[in-house]
Amino acid sequence: MTTSLKAPEVVKQIQTRFPGAVTEVTDTALVVDSKSLVDVMSFLKDTAGLDFNYMTTVTAIDYFQYFEVVYNLVSMEHNHSLTVKTRVYGRDNPKLPSVVSLWRSADHQEREIYDLMGITFEGHPNMKRIVLWPEFRGHPQRKDYLK
Amino acid sequence: MTLRTEPFVLNMGPVHPSTHGVFRMRVTLDGEVVVNLEPVFGYLHRGIEKLAEERTYTGIVPLTDRLDYVASMTNNLAYCLAVEKLAGIKVPERAEYLRVIMSELQRIAAHLISIGSFFNDCGAYFTPFLYMFRERERIVDLLEMVSGQRLLYNYMRPGGVSQDIPEEFLPALKEALNQMPKYIDEYERLLKDNEILYARARGVGILPKEMAISIGASGPVLRGCGVKWDIRKVDPYSIYDRFEFDIPTGTQGDCYDRYRVRVEEMKQSLRIIEQAIKQIPAGSIRSDVPQLIRPPVGEAYAHLEAPTGELGFYLVSDGSIAPYRCHIRAPSLMNLTALRDMIVGWKVQDLILIFGSFAITMGEVDR
Repeated sequence: MTTSLKAPEVVKQIQTRFPGAVTEVTDTALVVDSKSLVDVMSFLKDTAGLDFNYMTTVTAIDYFQYFEVVYNLVSMEHNHSLTVKTRVYGRDNPKLPSVVSLWRSADHQEREIYDLMGITFEGHPNMKRIVLWPEFRGHPQRKDYLK
Repeated sequence: MTLRTEPFVLNMGPVHPSTHGVFRMRVTLDGEVVVNLEPVFGYLHRGIEKLAEERTYTGIVPLTDRLDYVASMTNNLAYCLAVEKLAGIKVPERAEYLRVIMSELQRIAAHLISIGSFFNDCGAYFTPFLYMFRERERIVDLLEMVSGQRLLYNYMRPGGVSQDIPEEFLPALKEALNQMPKYIDEYERLLKDNEILYARARGVGILPKEMAISIGASGPVLRGCGVKWDIRKVDPYSIYDRFEFDIPTGTQGDCYDRYRVRVEEMKQSLRIIEQAIKQIPAGSIRSDVPQLIRPPVGEAYAHLEAPTGELGFYLVSDGSIAPYRCHIRAPSLMNLTALRDMIVGWKVQDLILIFGSFAITMGEVDR
């Protein structure tokens, strides 16, 4: 059975290395400041005992005030999982750092978020639309797309 | 004297027999050798994630049919698992067993198509495919018996399944189970040690283990690389912890290994179904679930082992009758991440074979 790690315990480890990087903690998820995202993610990937080598999902949710991007991490070695979130504010050209350099599974998924939600991932090797055509205007998965 | 060559661009697809649907590869060729490849997605994008935000929780089930349209049952199940996790719905025992039986039948049916079309791509044009379709037809008949549909079953519901099996189902299933091993042996005799298949598929399209994990590959593509990772074992959902079965793996991660893993998985699925029909209890098939489900505010991610890999649904609820956000983790999309790395350097005929060995469904890739 894949155990979902208790987020508060993981946060203690992160806080010692990156103080102030985690802005909010729930039982199963932690919210990371977008500026420290790549640092925290590579810490989660490379620290012995955490070893999150497999990233299953990246997705984004539109909450009007901000976009929440959700990363679902799994460690194949220890069979545990963790949900990491980050937030990006503003609706005109929001930007986040890309995690493709850590997990290539983010490649198509970040492109999809860019296409449908309009969040640009900086450092992505091929940041362009994936399911819609290049001339398409707007980002249809946004809640205010039709209004 | 050396002949001067120039690379040129060839569009394979979107409509091409080897692309398994509507998929385009912009291939740069130097003679016969592929020097660059760019996959172009989106020809089957219907915006299912957006459509789901406008429908009730039960009303989304038919949409999930249309993801991986050769494996509707597992799509239904993955979605129902997510809703049940989100809303805390319990599922009756009998329904759990029915779900397992249908999922495993579906896995066999989907693998038969995958293997059949893989041999099409090998150049054994439609002869193995017709053998595979002979048995798939029997499975589709069984699934039609329970759901009334032959392709898009719309059978599972949050809290159970839509209807109980008819009286004639179990005898027909038992008969099919008796005959299936004989048919699989027949394919093995015809295909397994075939010299042409060896020459075409052994050592071709190798996906290294580390790359497979990094790209988030799952299903037969990941297991073909020798990684023992099957959601049914590592994170058992439904009642999979009650059955005995093995996880077949490959050794090299080439096209041949991916084909072998699929064949072995069909045998394991038969084992699971045999155990399930011995244990299946009588009882209700759906718990009391209101027509309009209103899960509490929150979010849930549920995943399962679909024929193509890890299919997951991430649902966010705002307490209303429709999900605030419904994200689908499509295994085929992730499996295709390393397509370029695997194909560059091979020839055009290998390109078709390597792409075919992924057995993707465009309905799932584009959503």
